[in-house]
Amino acid sequence: MAVTDAANGGGGTTTTSIRHAFGNVLALFILLLIGVLAFSIRLFSVIKYESVIHEFDPYFNYRVTQFLTKNGIYDFWNWFDDRTWYPLGRVIGGTVYPGLTLTAGTLWWLLNSLNIPLSVETVCVFTAPIFSAFASWATYLLTKEVKGTGAGLTAAVILAMVPSYISRSVAGSYDNEAVAIFALIFTFYLYIKTLNTGSLFYATLNSIAYFYMVCSWGGYTFIINLIPMHVLLCIVTGRYSPRLYIAYAPLVILGTLLAALVPVVGFNAVMTSEHFASFLVFIIIHVVALVYYIKGILSPKMFRVAMALVVSLGLAVCCAMIAVLIAVVASSPTKGWSGRSLSLLDPTYASKYIPIIASVSEHQPPTWPSYFMDINVLAFLVPAGIIACFSPLSDASSFVVLYIVTSVYFSGVMVRLMLVLAPAACIMSGIALSQAFDVFTRSIKFQLPSLSDGSHADAGDASSESVVHNDTVKADKSEDTSKERTSKKSRKKEKEPVEKPLSKSQIKKRLLVLPLETSIIAILLLVLLGAFYVVHSVWAAAEAYSAPSIVLTSHTHDGLHVFDDFREAYAWLSHNTEVDDKVASWWDYGYQTTAMANRTVIVDNNTWNNTHIATVGTAMSSPEKAAWEIFNSLDVKYVLVVFGGLVGYPSDDINKFLWMVRIGGGVFPHIKEPDYLRDGQYRIDSMATPTMLNCLMYKLSYYRFVETDGKAFDRVRRTEIGKKHIKLTHFEEVFTTHHWMVRIYKLKPPKNRIRGKAKKSKSKASSKTTSKRKGPKRNPF
Amino acid sequence: MAKLLFVLLALIPLLCSSFSPDSPSDRRILVLLDDFALKSSHSIFLNSLQSRGFDLDFKLADDPKIALQRYGQYLYDGLILFCPTIERFGGSIDAAAVLDFVDSGHDLIVAADSNASDLIREIATECGVDFDEDLSAMVVDHSGYAVSSTEGDHTLIASDDLIKSDVILGSKKIEAPVLFQGIGHSLNPSNSLVLKVLSASPTAYSANPKSKLTSPPSLTGSSISLVSVVQARNNARVLISGSLSLFSNRFFRSGVQKAGSPTKHDKSGNEQFLTELSKWVFHERGHLKAVNVQHHKAGEADEPSIYRINDDLEYSVEIYEWSGTTWEPYVANDVQVQFYMMSPYVLKTLSTDGKGRYFTSFKVPDVYGVFQFKVEYERLGYTSLSLSKQIPVRPFRHNEYERFIPTAYPYYGASFSMMAGFLIFSAVHLYNK
Repeated sequence: MAVTDAANGGGGTTTTSIRHAFGNVLALFILLLIGVLAFSIRLFSVIKYESVIHEFDPYFNYRVTQFLTKNGIYDFWNWFDDRTWYPLGRVIGGTVYPGLTLTAGTLWWLLNSLNIPLSVETVCVFTAPIFSAFASWATYLLTKEVKGTGAGLTAAVILAMVPSYISRSVAGSYDNEAVAIFALIFTFYLYIKTLNTGSLFYATLNSIAYFYMVCSWGGYTFIINLIPMHVLLCIVTGRYSPRLYIAYAPLVILGTLLAALVPVVGFNAVMTSEHFASFLVFIIIHVVALVYYIKGILSPKMFRVAMALVVSLGLAVCCAMIAVLIAVVASSPTKGWSGRSLSLLDPTYASKYIPIIASVSEHQPPTWPSYFMDINVLAFLVPAGIIACFSPLSDASSFVVLYIVTSVYFSGVMVRLMLVLAPAACIMSGIALSQAFDVFTRSIKFQLPSLSDGSHADAGDASSESVVHNDTVKADKSEDTSKERTSKKSRKKEKEPVEKPLSKSQIKKRLLVLPLETSIIAILLLVLLGAFYVVHSVWAAAEAYSAPSIVLTSHTHDGLHVFDDFREAYAWLSHNTEVDDKVASWWDYGYQTTAMANRTVIVDNNTWNNTHIATVGTAMSSPEKAAWEIFNSLDVKYVLVVFGGLVGYPSDDINKFLWMVRIGGGVFPHIKEPDYLRDGQYRIDSMATPTMLNCLMYKLSYYRFVETDGKAFDRVRRTEIGKKHIKLTHFEEVFTTHHWMVRIYKLKPPKNRIRGKAKKSKSKASSKTTSKRKGPKRNPF
Repeated sequence: MAKLLFVLLALIPLLCSSFSPDSPSDRRILVLLDDFALKSSHSIFLNSLQSRGFDLDFKLADDPKIALQRYGQYLYDGLILFCPTIERFGGSIDAAAVLDFVDSGHDLIVAADSNASDLIREIATECGVDFDEDLSAMVVDHSGYAVSSTEGDHTLIASDDLIKSDVILGSKKIEAPVLFQGIGHSLNPSNSLVLKVLSASPTAYSANPKSKLTSPPSLTGSSISLVSVVQARNNARVLISGSLSLFSNRFFRSGVQKAGSPTKHDKSGNEQFLTELSKWVFHERGHLKAVNVQHHKAGEADEPSIYRINDDLEYSVEIYEWSGTTWEPYVANDVQVQFYMMSPYVLKTLSTDGKGRYFTSFKVPDVYGVFQFKVEYERLGYTSLSLSKQIPVRPFRHNEYERFIPTAYPYYGASFSMMAGFLIFSAVHLYNK
């Protein structure tokens, strides 16, 4: 921006410079407003509910942040948490992406040192909205590098309210993605900036931004694969330049070194297959750079000879490298890829081999409606944006095209990666919208009767065009450094759509001008489209994505119902159980239990140990006695189940139960999924299999359920349950929340005495009846 | 001596929980009788209890006013059921109440007899003792009977097959056989809580002595138990005998000669057997307590809240045995401590100083997690000790690793020489024009 302005202001008339100054100020205000919009659209959750941390993972992040602010960074780094994954414990410092926590911790520390005494929770709640404002500014910068200020502003405003991003960054959604999306866009911006300027300063900044991204989210592998892909694309399409080298080589070296500093990444930065692409491209770019260098110093004839030499040598080296690589990769069982990455490459991988990844709903492939829900009209604008990027194709625009193509693929594999698609879609839509408006407004401008305005604009544009032309000529003449040229190139790019119809030739311009009515209608339609988008986004922000999921509401004819059962249950646990008691539940509720109830859990949402989770899954799918033994061996005192059958809360444990069976059966083969299915159907009514009716989860969920309505009608499954009168022998109910959503059971201690033989029970029963019979007889005496 | 003891005991406030840490022995005992004649016919046994300081409360079993607890507090520490024929207790007592009494840590003596009621059988079954289902059956032994003046039907048995445990039966050997006349019972071998104290000889069987045997008896040989004890998981102790006359003055006083044995004892072993056994049942013997569990790093005194892997630590615990009047140091060489996380990582036998203190030291394994110091001490006759203390073990801090590794010096050298080389190269390349 600055470079463009300087060039324009220097060479142009005073009118243009004033116009540009005005434009800059306007742009600044628009950006500020975009920031405000991005922040405030995410506050619906606080206004409609309360200032509270949402969902599951944010509770862990919140707990970690609390620890950080209380104990300082070194204790955080070395934190061994003995309250999760009992009895294994978890080294939090070495297994967590610290970016988010450190960011919020720094924010809190900063505010406190300024004597603004906000609680840690408040800071955590509002971290995500703040960073979404940053993210929209970063989008502005990135898109501006690609297609100019107009596109930048449009993209920024679209990103500020894209529902997909809102879903992960409403106030209270204190998750890694909240800051990671900003880091992702900003890293891409700095990469493009370096690519356009060839400045080593920006290259260094780029590595630091990449480091921040690595700190924040495991999604950094997307960057370290996308950028090499783009570099490769540039090389293949003959666009190699020293700028490309500057943009790439420092990033690989510095970025990898910095990434290795993050404890959770460590040696993975050089050991796992996710990072190999970057090193491979690093080698290739050096070979290419060498070829270009030799080409420059040799005569064409000599070059051909040298070329043959280098190519054969290079091929030999490459073959050797690849052979080593393949040997290394083949020696590891997963071929060096982590399960999640593998399921990205082969979308069916997880469902086949790793039920624990497949069980998470956000790891499922998305449905078509979810695209419409999450990016709405952007889905229609993206193709137009891609076309706009091809006219003309520059290094920067080719990068954006590559970004959208890959992220569309990834979003098709996992719902949660829709989040990576969202910025790309916003950038593309921004470009498309801004280009469309450009064309239409220009058409109108040309055809309006009041020629004075038109000529004025004409003059301005023409003069600015001439400046550019001059500059280009000058640049060509002086054989300037690459840096200058890029800036010009990019500027030309920005200007081109504007200039083309004006400058090249009057005929061409006339051809591109659309009829007045068409233009007006098209603009109206585009505005309408935008309005739809705004309405949808605000609706999504207010209704769809603001629910904190620990507090639920439902509207019925007799008003609003609030279900605050989760917090009720956690509060009960924290007030009525011993500090060291262990609570077993399915892993979804692990983070919340440790954060809200402050009790030790067996498994939690950090699903690092499949066997441990399978143990809990096995216990849940075993009959009561076997389950008791498993839980007792883990020192479990309380078992917590989530049950939605009374109020119709669909994501309860019975609906998740098949995953427990699958995950448990994956490790302990005596748990077999077909045992729980009747003719391949999962059912809980009287047709359910005996294994199902006798498993612990069924019993704990439906214990005493018949007492509620007399029929035991499950509102989630919409059926009467199969076994209504359940007797528990090894567990006892200790707490059930108001709407029965959370039920807590206690393990009974082992029997104090061991009864005699079973055959005695008959005689005992008969003796009871006899004594009863005798009872009344004796009484009169 | 006995009087002094009585005074001493009377001074101790009578607490309702039976195993108060100060004195685990029972104080107040309710004796339920079929009729008050038993009070005199079994006076030797009952008097021996009273002389040991127990406060006996005699009631008829169908007395409508009897109650085990009032306002949620137990009125008694022990219960003796000398009422084999009772079908229904009076007052608020029933089988469930008796079992709750046991489950809340109180002791029980049950004497059945040949005409034992279903109620008594039910209580016994709940404790893991199965009396012969044949209601008229008695234990008959044609080779192990007690020789008496009148040739009977060999239901009076002289048994000397006693459990070998000094804790249960005292250190003094019981020389004379024990006289027994009553019904036999069997125990489930998988039941680890119940012990056969007095078992029948291999030639015994359980059948109705008055009728002819038509089918093989269900209980035969030494699998028949005559007297059994149960130590429940909460350390409540139960004595179950198939004979009420076992406790009677007649059996206590009579001489005994086992069939086929030349020696004739002037006095049967019953008195010694039952006195010692009642001492055990009422927690005058074999009751352990573990106190003062301490652990700390070697060379330090304070207990840390967390250990690091490979720390050296010291662990100690004090174990005392109740002698009936005082806590005496318990001396054994088989007390072990486990350092446990799902399975024991360290298992060490504790050494003792003979004054009740047990101690050891070991190195924390190279595994982090939440560990437990576990002492699981279960010995025949003793109350079970089960101590566990949770302690987390953390990995090294970031600055606890070795700073410079000697074997890595070539690499340090390589990187620094590389840096220097790059500097020189840059200088030469840039300024050598």
